[in-house]
Amino acid sequence: MRKAFNQELLQIAEKDPRVFMILADIGYGEIEPFANRFPDRFINCGVAEQEMTGVACGVAMEGNIAITYSIANFPTIRCLEQVRNDVCYHNANVKIVIIGGGVSYGELGVSHHSTEDIAIMRALPNMVVLVPCDCKETRAATRAMMAYEGPVYFRCGYKNEPDIHEEDIDFRIGGSIQVREGHDATVFFAGPVGIHAKEAVDALVAEGIRCRLVSLHSIKPIDKEAIVRAARETGGIVVLEEHNICGGVGGAVAEVLMDEGCGNVPFRRLALPDLYVTKVGSQGWLQEQYGLGKAGVMAAVKSMLGRS
Amino acid sequence: MDANALKRCRELAKTIRRHCLQMVYKGKSGHIGSMLSTADIYPVLYTRILNVSPERMKDPARDRFLLSKGHGGAALLACLAELGYFPKEWLDQYYCDNGKLSGHISHHVPGVEFSSGSLGHGLPVACGMAMAAKQSGGTQRIFCMSSDGDLNEGSTWEAIMLAGQHHWDNLTMLVDYNRLQALGSSKDIIDLEPLCPKLEMFGWRAMEADGHDPQAIEAALSTLPLEAGRPSAVIFRTVKGKGVSFMENDYKWHYGGLTAELLEQALREVEAAQ
Repeated sequence: MRKAFNQELLQIAEKDPRVFMILADIGYGEIEPFANRFPDRFINCGVAEQEMTGVACGVAMEGNIAITYSIANFPTIRCLEQVRNDVCYHNANVKIVIIGGGVSYGELGVSHHSTEDIAIMRALPNMVVLVPCDCKETRAATRAMMAYEGPVYFRCGYKNEPDIHEEDIDFRIGGSIQVREGHDATVFFAGPVGIHAKEAVDALVAEGIRCRLVSLHSIKPIDKEAIVRAARETGGIVVLEEHNICGGVGGAVAEVLMDEGCGNVPFRRLALPDLYVTKVGSQGWLQEQYGLGKAGVMAAVKSMLGRS
Repeated sequence: MDANALKRCRELAKTIRRHCLQMVYKGKSGHIGSMLSTADIYPVLYTRILNVSPERMKDPARDRFLLSKGHGGAALLACLAELGYFPKEWLDQYYCDNGKLSGHISHHVPGVEFSSGSLGHGLPVACGMAMAAKQSGGTQRIFCMSSDGDLNEGSTWEAIMLAGQHHWDNLTMLVDYNRLQALGSSKDIIDLEPLCPKLEMFGWRAMEADGHDPQAIEAALSTLPLEAGRPSAVIFRTVKGKGVSFMENDYKWHYGGLTAELLEQALREVEAAQ
């Protein structure tokens, strides 16, 4: 997904002279084509994320589109006040892109786990929060983000994520994309962890359970209509995300359900528990450890439907 | 600067001081000391140096001024109101319910380029504006006002390193260097001395000037950049609470509030000053 983002951005920057890339000494092996092609629209600010974010705000306030790009929490929580006061309060056209959402960098440890980012970023006024799930969504989300005027938080994956979407997709900020149709339950997911939701939904067919499967790529604004339809048309809702259970995608869906009078729908959240992931291991292994794999999704759907 | 211009700058500074005292008294707010220390700089900056005017607030060619020490923003607001950026009556609606003006400056007020209030935010954004101007070939100059406290922030020094690295000579940092901060003397908290050599070692050209003498202020800012190929820093030696004897050089007036009696005394002193 990292590669897909950078390739798409490069193509956009070829046509749009307003695109600047503002880095804090992260991006080796990916950002060089942009840096070489557009040296006057590229800057490596050094390992200084507060200043990177301020510079991006200043560049954007001059009529440009500034991308800050780094891994995990560096362009978000490290410089949260710059994101809030400079970027969001001024509604500056800054796109904050992280590589390695969730526990993509599992083995690197807690400093490199981006597991509270969705909750924190979606709490900021003016901020759009996008969580694409595969390369196809990443490319579409990049185009949508760059066409949108205002701050966007873009939670990108890392590398070698499997494709979730098989068909062409219609990506809209504030929308969602249905991957499978079914009426027994709906499984919403955000991000590459959704591959396990897809495997689970496909495996449940053999047990006579047909689930709707939806990529909820846009956490803010969120697709209220798709959530309400899921509550009314299917037998329950499971939300899968690679994020702390506090305030993430499941929380955002629950807010919609309560606000829209759908509070009685059977509902399960599959997320990381409210702790720091001190277990050491790969992303896939950690997902399994915390019940975010195929088996965890199948068990959640069945328990919710009383079919276990 | 001829005698008329000098008189105008001094009168405007006096008016700014008067407004600040009345705003802070009426709003029962603080930071008066930090406002008064900048009151002589704005008149020179806005009438003699910056290429700005109320008629051209969105002109891409205008100079940009960012106030990083947003807590002293009432002095800037008073200056902008006097110069016609927004109605002077707004100054009566400072720091109050349904007010027009908040305690820290906001870009929602005409003429204010950037909102601040938390320190360490101005200079990085100014750097971004300087970079964008260099890239587009724009001739506008970028100014940012910092302070003792603002220079405690790591993000300010991140930006100082970056600007020196990239030779952004369209960028000028002004420092309201009153040597006091919220809880005491800067010398006892974070001693920035020697500040000029520090900045020079980071690739800037820096100088000191008397921040209360309009002619010295103009002389310092009239030939920018101080050296081609380097960002400029003008460190204005100032007095916190300048113009009001019981406030001068007393850090308690970073937060201190005014009584009716003290307001009257302060206004008398400001009025009587040259």
